[in-house]
Amino acid sequence: MAALANQLPIGLSIAAVLLLIALGLTFTFGQMGVVNMAHGEFIMVGAYTAYLLQGAVGGQSLLVALPVAFAVAGLLGLLLEWSLIRRFYGRPLDTLLLTWGVSLVLQQLARDVFGAPNVQVTAPAWLVGGVDVLGVRLPHNRVFITALAALCVLGVGLYLAKLPQGRRMRAVVQNRELAACSGIATGRVDRSTFLLGSGLAGVAGVALTLVGPVGPGLGTFYIVDAFLVVVAGGLGRLRGAVLAALALGFLNGYLEFWTDASLAKVLVFVAVIAFLQIRPQGMVALRGRSLG
Amino acid sequence: MSGRISLVLCVVLLAVAPLVLSPFRLGLLAKYLCFAIVAVGIALAWGRGGMLTLGQGVFFGLGGYAMGMHLKLREAGPAGLPDFMVWSGVEELPALWKPSANPVFALAAVVVLPGLVAFLLGLLVFRQRVRGAYFAILSQALAAAFVILLVGRQGLTGGTNGLTNFSRFFALDLTDPGGRRVVYAITAAALVLTYLAVKLVVRSRFGALLVAVRDHEDRVRFLGYDPALVKTITFAASAVVAGLAGALFVPVVGIISPALLGVVPSLELLVGVALGGRFSLAGAVAGAIAVNYAKTLFSEDFPEGWLYLQGGLFVLVLVFAPRGLAGVVEAARDRFRRRPREEVAG
Amino acid sequence: MRLGNLHRALLALLLPALLATGCVSEPGAGSTDGASGDEIRVGVLHSLSGTMAISEVTVRDAELLAVEELNAAGGVLGKKLVPVVEDGASDWPTFAEKAQKLISQDRVAAVFGGWTSASRKAMLPVFERNKALLWYPVQYEGLESSPYIFYTGATTNQQIVPALDYLASQGKKRMFLVGSDYVFPRTANKIIKAYAAAKGIEVLGEEYTPLGHTEYSTLVNKISDARPDAVFNTLNGDSNVAFFKQLRGSGITAGTTPVVSVSVAEEEVRGIGPENIAGHLVAWNYYQTTRTPANESFVKAFKAKYGADKVTSDPMEAGYNAVKLWAEAVKKAGTAEVEAVRQASGGIALDAPEGRTTIHGDNQHVAKTARIGVVQPDGQIREVWASDGPIEPDPYLKGYDWASGLS
Repeated sequence: MAALANQLPIGLSIAAVLLLIALGLTFTFGQMGVVNMAHGEFIMVGAYTAYLLQGAVGGQSLLVALPVAFAVAGLLGLLLEWSLIRRFYGRPLDTLLLTWGVSLVLQQLARDVFGAPNVQVTAPAWLVGGVDVLGVRLPHNRVFITALAALCVLGVGLYLAKLPQGRRMRAVVQNRELAACSGIATGRVDRSTFLLGSGLAGVAGVALTLVGPVGPGLGTFYIVDAFLVVVAGGLGRLRGAVLAALALGFLNGYLEFWTDASLAKVLVFVAVIAFLQIRPQGMVALRGRSLG
Repeated sequence: MSGRISLVLCVVLLAVAPLVLSPFRLGLLAKYLCFAIVAVGIALAWGRGGMLTLGQGVFFGLGGYAMGMHLKLREAGPAGLPDFMVWSGVEELPALWKPSANPVFALAAVVVLPGLVAFLLGLLVFRQRVRGAYFAILSQALAAAFVILLVGRQGLTGGTNGLTNFSRFFALDLTDPGGRRVVYAITAAALVLTYLAVKLVVRSRFGALLVAVRDHEDRVRFLGYDPALVKTITFAASAVVAGLAGALFVPVVGIISPALLGVVPSLELLVGVALGGRFSLAGAVAGAIAVNYAKTLFSEDFPEGWLYLQGGLFVLVLVFAPRGLAGVVEAARDRFRRRPREEVAG
Repeated sequence: MRLGNLHRALLALLLPALLATGCVSEPGAGSTDGASGDEIRVGVLHSLSGTMAISEVTVRDAELLAVEELNAAGGVLGKKLVPVVEDGASDWPTFAEKAQKLISQDRVAAVFGGWTSASRKAMLPVFERNKALLWYPVQYEGLESSPYIFYTGATTNQQIVPALDYLASQGKKRMFLVGSDYVFPRTANKIIKAYAAAKGIEVLGEEYTPLGHTEYSTLVNKISDARPDAVFNTLNGDSNVAFFKQLRGSGITAGTTPVVSVSVAEEEVRGIGPENIAGHLVAWNYYQTTRTPANESFVKAFKAKYGADKVTSDPMEAGYNAVKLWAEAVKKAGTAEVEAVRQASGGIALDAPEGRTTIHGDNQHVAKTARIGVVQPDGQIREVWASDGPIEPDPYLKGYDWASGLS
């Protein structure tokens, strides 16, 4: 029974990881129709940033790494958008293949620079261990990741609702042509969206060093799950991404608890397909007049 | 007319290959031809139908396993069990394996099983008008789930090891170069026949309808056609082709394992098609052969460079020649003949 | 679009490819022992790219070191060894393909290679068909004995069974089994369950996760809930990093519930982070800290060649031994010809870094000393228990009553 109760925070923390890795994707995919297969490699860039900083900064490097990784991954994303992706608007399938090509190059680059073996990122002392609350075990690193995910959602929510850039972004998501007609520089909005999306991947990468391996293949472990969240949540919708991450997180947690890890993964996939039968547009769909 | 001459020349080349290549190189060529067969199916679904399938490995695998299971049973030990079941602690042949002992059933399963799975999946997905990138991602998740399922049922499927150690392909002795030459010939013939069959489809009324669905699904629907059905049938056809290739891969390479069917191998199947030109069947075939040949070459002399080349190829082709090499050739020829080029939607 | 005319594109691409394929020269045709003139070619076949490169590159390095040392000492039979290195690319069919290339094109005298069971199973028919030799350097799940493979890593009775004996001697009665979903963990756990049933040990749970899995909180929760005395870990590669990082926050400590790992060596400890795994147990036949004269020079030579920050590990040492053992067998046979080497191999012994190791003539495995170690905070492994001398290999566990139902 205690184990069953324990699964609750575990489901939440799985959801937090899913949300962190998928948050950036949902906007680049939703607004720009760009299926960014290199998103996982931006997560990797964030993780390696944390690795490099711990040598330079020491003890509390993780906190420093969060904004730095956002900047590094974000700028890399900007570069990718500016140099390649902007030539590909209206060709989502081509961007998928294009970014996959980019992801292969980034992986091999990481292997050549940092070596094939995993590197070690030491967690600061205050993130080691855990506490028992009402008989439920809460590891510190999981609490931290969950809080970070909540913070990211809050930040993105505020950005979309309050800042003019965010409002422009929403306008482009909802109707690109109309936004362009209203004088919004859609090209500039696209670039800032890509910066934000890739930056969030960098932040996720830093957080994942607490619970997972840091190596050249890091991105490949998360990319399929991230896309499932985006597809289930609905394109470009913050609320959809949160709901989908929570649903998949708890589903994963409890299914694995009752069956095993392999079966849980397969069942989650089946659940997503079944769900798309009912709501092909994902949980939170844009209202529109499209026939699609 | 010159097209027909080229086709004949290609067939002649394929026929001459066994005379000039060593058995080892001939085996490699046969492997490339398997991938070329898959490429024909992908060119149909992706180039003609606009369905980017990132899960083609699943159908390749279904065909491969259907064939592998039968061959394994033919060589089974005294207890009638394949070798991996013995060391996995399985004592009785699972019910799922029993029909595979029948060669007619096995050969039928090679094409029917992938086709059926693709048809059912297509019905579910296309009816709900899931398309474009959504479809691509779902097909990718399918590949991921399929691999997990295969690996997790070791006693039934051989797990990560897959099915290996085949010494005979029906009456042919695979340990003998002569037997392997026949396997090559079968593969080459299968490629030519698949190519011609798909070509017929593309040129038929159905092929025209398919392109119409790709370019404007809604208009086709208003004209009274069922685009979902058109796409489902095409998707199933490309799966059948992939299954056939998977089945031939088993005697050619001597192994079928989950490592060949996952997310990454499924994407790799696309590289050649993109390079050669997805709108052109011949381009896709040439691209698949060229890319796999390059992979062999690179991994023999420069293993670390392969990912750079593969990734770089994708980027360069998509940026500079989205219609692939076939597009380049065609543009050059059009310029030569001063004929306006047709518009093609991505 | 007029597709018909594009056959020319196909032709233009196919023709050079075909010609180039045909033109690749096939060196050394004619000899079957890899020897031509004053050289003997040997194949080295590991994954240099892909997911397995992490581990296999280090084994390749150790094997090349052994080749270099043999050459420095005058070669074998007065002939210089020439290694032909190929990439298995973490892809099992590629291993089979490259093995075939090494045998039929490079005509090597022996191949040193492989890591995963899947790669070995893929290569096995190639070596048996061509009657060529494979030296396989990694601990594995046993239940195999091919006449054309030499196994220089531990089989189950030299690693898993001693680890179980050790745990039993420490009074561990309740065990939890965790593994990656593939052949080695499943076979290992089958053996463990048979052992447990015979010795009154309770197996509280048996869980598998897909290869590359990184989410272990649910599994850790299951372990905490079961309260085992020890966890037997057969996870592979990257999953170990995630598992140990997530185990650490859960309150399970090495003091109360040690985790025994059989696929975590010095190299993996670095990626996991020593602070995350310190105090937990590992089972191997060799550690960098193993005290033998041969190991002293092995570690020194390895660091001199590849860098002072490099570590040595069990599979590396087994790969190094494989080359040296093969060379001894060739010297005894007086030729590098495969059947002669096989005939001569029985009883060949080597004072290896792990201590004395001897080839078993019948099953072509080697006798090895089993060692249990504790991971130290500095990333090294300290031996806490070792078997009394080398254990004879028994891949089918014929000598164990409790294992009679296994194969």
